[in-house]
Amino acid sequence: MNTPVVSETELHAYLDGELSPERMAEVAAHLRDDPQAAARLAHYETQRQALHAAFDPLLDEPLPPALSRLTAAPAANAALWQRWRLPQLAAGIALLLLGASAGWLGHARWQPEPTLAGLPELSRRAAVAHVVYSPDPRRPVEIAADQEDLLVRWLSKRLGSAVRVPHLGNQGFSLVGGRLLPGGSGPVAQFMYQAANGERLTLYLSGEFSGKPETGFRFAREGEVNVFYWIDGRFGYALSGGIDKPQLARVATAVYDQLGTP
Amino acid sequence: MSQLDSQALLAELPRLRRYARALVGDRAGADDLVQDTLERAWANATQWRPGNALRPWLFGIMHNLRIDQYRSSVPPLYPLDDAAEVATRATQDDRLDVLALDAALARLPEEQRQVLLLVSLEEMSYGEVATTLGIPPGTVMSRLARGRERLRQLLDEPQPSPRLRVVK
Repeated sequence: MNTPVVSETELHAYLDGELSPERMAEVAAHLRDDPQAAARLAHYETQRQALHAAFDPLLDEPLPPALSRLTAAPAANAALWQRWRLPQLAAGIALLLLGASAGWLGHARWQPEPTLAGLPELSRRAAVAHVVYSPDPRRPVEIAADQEDLLVRWLSKRLGSAVRVPHLGNQGFSLVGGRLLPGGSGPVAQFMYQAANGERLTLYLSGEFSGKPETGFRFAREGEVNVFYWIDGRFGYALSGGIDKPQLARVATAVYDQLGTP
Repeated sequence: MSQLDSQALLAELPRLRRYARALVGDRAGADDLVQDTLERAWANATQWRPGNALRPWLFGIMHNLRIDQYRSSVPPLYPLDDAAEVATRATQDDRLDVLALDAALARLPEEQRQVLLLVSLEEMSYGEVATTLGIPPGTVMSRLARGRERLRQLLDEPQPSPRLRVVK
């Protein structure tokens, strides 16, 4: 038997139907004698199927109007021939809101109402910490959940105040662990949680708001991260995640309830 | 003047979005790339010859934009989380697959990811890929072989996190 020699690129070309019928038959014969190569090709074929399974749903989705409009010739569509981007729009709205709240704060200066200048900083820092650590598959935390007691003792000592870790199993999130981070003026803590599907949340605790009046929940969208943040007792808290706002609100409520109960 | 046909463009849009999403790794970034592609297509409409296939031309524009983008910006910070949005009607298992695939794709060199996606997802012939990317067919084949093998290793790698698990 003389098995024809088959190159690596020919194996791929066989898979992709790029060979002449004669060569296809020869490669098929070769594969019968080379189970390793056959197994590898089978895996490449599952890649193709997995890619389709993952991304084909996009083909059936309704098109975003901002995109379908751009298929019209620009001359016929001069008014729309502008760059229209959601982030820019969002930034515009944020600026408007900022202007409005600055006006409101300006007004509030004459009221006994306390202003919480550091509070937006809390959500921003928490979101940045979330973005930095939550995608890390291997070292997302410094101390893992199997050493929870050690984690709590260490963070309590470093933050100078007793820290408690909420348990969010009822919300479908288990504790991964925690780490210490630099805050605006001292150490802060971050706890990380993970759902069965891999989705991660982080809870950011800062002692920098000690003595500040307590607040209700506030919501911020920092890039693609949703954040609920509030001040309660000795800490400022911020819960960050990629999950949608109502879902995050439910988890935030669970955190608040657990930490609020002495 | 322009021979570009709006209806033909519209018909290509879903495939442009699918490819961009797989290539970029997040939904917003992908739609931005598609938007830029459409804008540049109209701006370069006179370069398109009606006899030519529209799809490779559009994918080629997207590819050039992607090079510009790559030169001027940092890759997205967390494609992993965003992947959850891709398939709204997907089941839990599908979602794991998408997350695992996204994570693995993100670790492929861009040049291998492009060729692999154009062949395996877009089902382009090697010749079409070569035209689209402006590279010789031999380069298409070697990048494809390297990309598929690297993806196989990445997906087979034991991962500590469930998001990187592959469902066989």
